Amino acid sequence: MNELILAVELAYWQQTLIKVVIAAVLVPTTALIFGIVFLFKVMSWMQSRMGPQEAGPRGLLQLLADGAKFLQKEDIIPDKADRFVFKAAPVVVLASTFLTYVVLPAGPDLIISNLPTGIFFALAVSSLSVIGVLMAGWASSNKYALMGGLRAGGQLIAYELPLILAVVGVVIQAGSLSMQDIVLAQANGSVFGFSAVGLPFLITQILGFAIFMVAIQAELTQPPFDMPVAESEVVGGFHVEYTGFRFLFFFLAEFATAFAFAAIAATLFLGGWYVPGVDPDSMLANVVGPIALFVKIMVVAFLIFWFRFTYPRFREDQLQRVAWKYLIPLALVNITITGVLVVAL
Amino acid sequence: MPKVPGMVKGLGVTFRTMVETLKPSGGPATVQYPHEKEEPTARARGVIALHEENCTSCMLCSRECPDWCIYIEAHKTLAPPRRAGGKPRQVNKLDRFAIDYSLCMYCGICVEVCPFDALFWSPEYEFSEVSIADLLHEKERLGEWMDTVPEFEPYEAGSEAKTRKVPR
Repeated sequence: MNELILAVELAYWQQTLIKVVIAAVLVPTTALIFGIVFLFKVMSWMQSRMGPQEAGPRGLLQLLADGAKFLQKEDIIPDKADRFVFKAAPVVVLASTFLTYVVLPAGPDLIISNLPTGIFFALAVSSLSVIGVLMAGWASSNKYALMGGLRAGGQLIAYELPLILAVVGVVIQAGSLSMQDIVLAQANGSVFGFSAVGLPFLITQILGFAIFMVAIQAELTQPPFDMPVAESEVVGGFHVEYTGFRFLFFFLAEFATAFAFAAIAATLFLGGWYVPGVDPDSMLANVVGPIALFVKIMVVAFLIFWFRFTYPRFREDQLQRVAWKYLIPLALVNITITGVLVVAL
Repeated sequence: MPKVPGMVKGLGVTFRTMVETLKPSGGPATVQYPHEKEEPTARARGVIALHEENCTSCMLCSRECPDWCIYIEAHKTLAPPRRAGGKPRQVNKLDRFAIDYSLCMYCGICVEVCPFDALFWSPEYEFSEVSIADLLHEKERLGEWMDTVPEFEPYEAGSEAKTRKVPR
């Protein structure tokens, strides 16, 4: 199936180099796309504005200009800060984002590494960012940063659980942890014997999808779950002391992680790169796959950012209550029902 | 009609606003400022204009100003008598009247207290400067703003207050 790619036999280091370069280009690009399309444009439209108009055609290069501005800024480190931890924190956060991209499939062969425990790996490394956030909050030697960091720690850990539990339902149904197998399970499935569109797990796991969407909203610390970075209370939270390119790292990580989570949601619930009518083993799927995945990601991301631009912020106790008293029990119920049905049917 | 939960209604509001903004017949509530100008309402508080002939240098505006941003200097002089054969009148001749717009907070108290209708609000808002010192408008510049002061709108029917006139 991959005769075209295998026609050129590459050494391991060459393959690795290509993958590293692709990831290094892909991750900032995704952050840029999300920043421009959603943060600048969709948010503006929802607030009856036009958004940036000056930089480039229709202001599409505004984020690049902002990025260039950040790079020129003075790199300020607070006097009392723990310098090593302070410098390492944005790298840790960004590293967790990069690692998540490893298991995202964009086609039958377009995956950096098809780990047999793909989704488990993705969720595990995505929770690494908690450590980076706590490091940033602690090392800044700023009470607002510390408050924000602790809030972020509490929130990210609380919403990690429903996130993972929501995925379990999908995993039970697909019978595999590998992202590729989950896509193929959806491609080969059928809705009441009607197999033309496969079986996007959105249909059977609608509850899991809802929980997953709420949980990733919280994992991205964006409204209505932006308690850790609430500008009116903790003036930006853990990244309050960061300037210039270190702040850019956090910004990049936030939007690239949003892309990664949207990609995971699209893969788990909307069929990933699978297009109805295209044989998932054919070469064509490698070409159409990334486009299909991108469209699905944009749909999911529109939902995420739509919620973000609509709802006001939760209070801290309400935020914790939503996770522990509603989402986790619901997710457990979802797992039980899925498990019983999978065994019984 | 069943009650729609507020959270769903909120999503509807943002989505409708987005569609409304993107529709050719709708458009955003904002204007693309340097390219197209916003039309402030006629009574908008943009800049304060001075009608020099009405000013008696009574210093009320200067003393009431919370920011002390009005500078007045005057000297006494003799004006010709109103009636032939009368005594020459003693008047204050305005030497300097300046408002420092880098201090002004646009409260409008000076306009309110002026007993001789020498100060007026103009909706003009484009008077930013590169140097902050240039925001100190002397009386010549303040006089130029008089051309931009709109006429007062008449009060509602039955009002006993007389509509003020803008001296030209």
